[in-house]
Amino acid sequence: MKRFAFKIGILLSGMALLFSGCNQGGKSANNGALSSSAAEKVYVAPGEQDAYYAFLSGGYSGNLTVYGLPSGRMFKEIPVFSQFPTSGYGYSEETKPLLNTSHGFIPWDDLHHPDISQTNGELDGRWIFVNGNNTPRIARISLSTFETEEIIEVPNSAGNHSSSFITENTEYVVAGTRFSVPVPQRDMPIKEYKGNFKGALTFISVEPEHGHMEIEFQVIMPGFNYDLSHPGRGKSHGWFFFSTYNTEEASSLLEVNASQNDKDFIAAINWQKIEEYVKNGGGTRVPANYAHNVYDESTHMATSTMKKEVLTVDPTEVPGAVYLLPTPKSPHGCDVDPSGQYIIGSGKLSADITVHSFDNMLAAIEGGQFDGEAYGIPILKFEEVLAGTVKSGGLGPLHTEFDGNGNAYTTFFISSEVVKWQLGSWEVVDRKPTFYSVGHLMIPGGNSRKPFGKYLVAMNKITKDRYLPTGPEMEHSAQIYDISGEKMELIYDFPTHGEPHYAAGCPADLLKPNSKKIYRLDENNHPYGIKSPADARVERDGKDVHIYMSTIRSHFTPDNIEGVKVGDRVYFHVTNHEQDFDVPHGFAAIGANTSEILVMPGQTKTIIWEPKQVGVWPFYCTDFCSALHQEMQGYIRVSAANSNMELSWSVGD
Amino acid sequence: MKKSLIHFSIVLSLLLLGCGEKKEKESEGFKIERQSSQAESKSAIPEDTGVKASERVDLTNKGVGPVASVNLDAEINQEMAAQGEAVYNQMCLACHRIGKKFIGPAPNGILERRTPEWVMNMILAPEKMVKEDPLAKELLVEFNGSPMANQNLTEEQARAVLEYFRTLK
Repeated sequence: MKRFAFKIGILLSGMALLFSGCNQGGKSANNGALSSSAAEKVYVAPGEQDAYYAFLSGGYSGNLTVYGLPSGRMFKEIPVFSQFPTSGYGYSEETKPLLNTSHGFIPWDDLHHPDISQTNGELDGRWIFVNGNNTPRIARISLSTFETEEIIEVPNSAGNHSSSFITENTEYVVAGTRFSVPVPQRDMPIKEYKGNFKGALTFISVEPEHGHMEIEFQVIMPGFNYDLSHPGRGKSHGWFFFSTYNTEEASSLLEVNASQNDKDFIAAINWQKIEEYVKNGGGTRVPANYAHNVYDESTHMATSTMKKEVLTVDPTEVPGAVYLLPTPKSPHGCDVDPSGQYIIGSGKLSADITVHSFDNMLAAIEGGQFDGEAYGIPILKFEEVLAGTVKSGGLGPLHTEFDGNGNAYTTFFISSEVVKWQLGSWEVVDRKPTFYSVGHLMIPGGNSRKPFGKYLVAMNKITKDRYLPTGPEMEHSAQIYDISGEKMELIYDFPTHGEPHYAAGCPADLLKPNSKKIYRLDENNHPYGIKSPADARVERDGKDVHIYMSTIRSHFTPDNIEGVKVGDRVYFHVTNHEQDFDVPHGFAAIGANTSEILVMPGQTKTIIWEPKQVGVWPFYCTDFCSALHQEMQGYIRVSAANSNMELSWSVGD
Repeated sequence: MKKSLIHFSIVLSLLLLGCGEKKEKESEGFKIERQSSQAESKSAIPEDTGVKASERVDLTNKGVGPVASVNLDAEINQEMAAQGEAVYNQMCLACHRIGKKFIGPAPNGILERRTPEWVMNMILAPEKMVKEDPLAKELLVEFNGSPMANQNLTEEQARAVLEYFRTLK
């Protein structure tokens, strides 16, 4: 491969010479791009595929976007917490229950931290978990279909931010609250926050075969803000680490009041110990109300169940389960290196990065090296747990990822840069600017035991001069760095959608074997699906009219329907009978108060249409499906509410 | 990899040729391409023989696709035919009705007009057939350019459908 690249390089430079030789006076910009090694590094030729897939959170878009690396091409937006008319997600009857919560139907959330499922601490490419920050929820997305399959609401939580990180065998996906609140919620004075508000850290188990989630327990912590978290791995597997701020427990003007303490904490939770405690009957079951929404791939439908109870654990009742590690200056990022030895706290108001040692922590616990307690939780002595401090020379460290070769990479928001430093020596070895005000960064597998240390993606908060000032300013810029050499090399710059916070990435090869191309018709168990056009029919049940419809290039069965009346509630249940990759059919009816539905091959989807006017109304396929797509249409006749018109339907008669 | 190298040298020589007399050469090349594509599309439109493609009998053409030969027992395997009917009703019925032309032709008596291999290849590789098999090309034109969908049947399922067709006279 290298020799090949070298030869190409020679050819290319030869070409550039020849070109400029005969094309005198021409611009040299083209040649510059051709002969630049950065261009070659990100160029994915037509017909070739990207080596890595990156899943970037959409922030306030509520959805997850998929990009190729190194090309930076956007492949897909996966709807998760937001309604998405492109596919009918959140509009179709099958997917509406996914957005149900204890507050009712919510068509939006703020999506922050994707994390790919792991086995033995390595990415396994089965699912990706994401959090909804505003109305606390965790979603699970299948990486074989790129569809949201499950959403669970998190009770007693508010501002679900130190989420959705998973343990190294995907035993748990963890959701920590950023805002502490009264637990349980009650009518009380805000000024009595201190000592009364609590922070719930929620451990949600993931069933290994289907990935189904259940809340196992909530650790009810003091009323701090729990900002970010990461699991222990390798030697520290069984622990979970949360950064905190507002240990001052302020309820107003946090900008000033939550920055008073010189040090806040990283909370270390021994979840294995708590798991054991709970298994032995520990904890308190308390009333709760939260939605658990599951999409069944066999019936193509989601159901929403309200859960009424949750198991809470008072951490002071489980000796040895929870400790606080003093960490300077309102730490934000809380990252664990691939070996599990180092816990990195990025004090966002500081210039330095604090690194704690897991071994030191265990020794300090063993040796009783305590520096007081907070609400009964022991605080370990800072000097005893500290492994080292990275004197970065930058300002505002936020997040750290790893390359698997002993290096860590930290973003600096205020000084707009990525800093590369060595684990163990704490020496800074390289720094490169970002454009601008970088938040998170992502190295594929960079928060696992086995990172793929080839590319680093820095996700910025400000685009400034990257595009024209009007229009794309909120398509935040991201930068790709080649980190395979000793020095980082900025190789590409691309716009993103929404506001990416964290991201997760993995080799495309990990996803390829499980990629699903179609839904098999013979496995379609949708209660309103039809497996043969011979079963197409229309049934009336009072004012509800159910149309069992099938599609294939390029007609609907049936496509002429009569006997519907004003005031009816018409369900179009559309089953796509195609069994070939990339042949969806869409469906839309005039005046429907909802979006179209895009029905993938073998799938059934439903939309409701409520005719308000007498007449003959058309419906049609919204996805260009074949040369005869424009012919794919039908009519539905709507008679007066008091009409005696009988139902009838046909195709081709 | 070698291929890519060759491509690069071609690009290189084109660039060299391009020097000096760019414009005319380019437009000449463009013309040649258009002519060839016109010629190709002409040959794609079959000559009118007076007999519809769907009614023509061709018992030698095996078509293009994965199936090279099929042996039919004298006796129809009823069990297989029943399986074939079930597959047909799920996968094919939307376009092919029994006993009447619908989106595509009716399957009745198909083996009096086509070889079993041709039928199976049409089921298993319709995209390839309408590109490479002259008769399939003509059929696409006769049926309004409505493409035969690849329903991703297994070879076993296609064989069962064929057995079902034997029961339809």
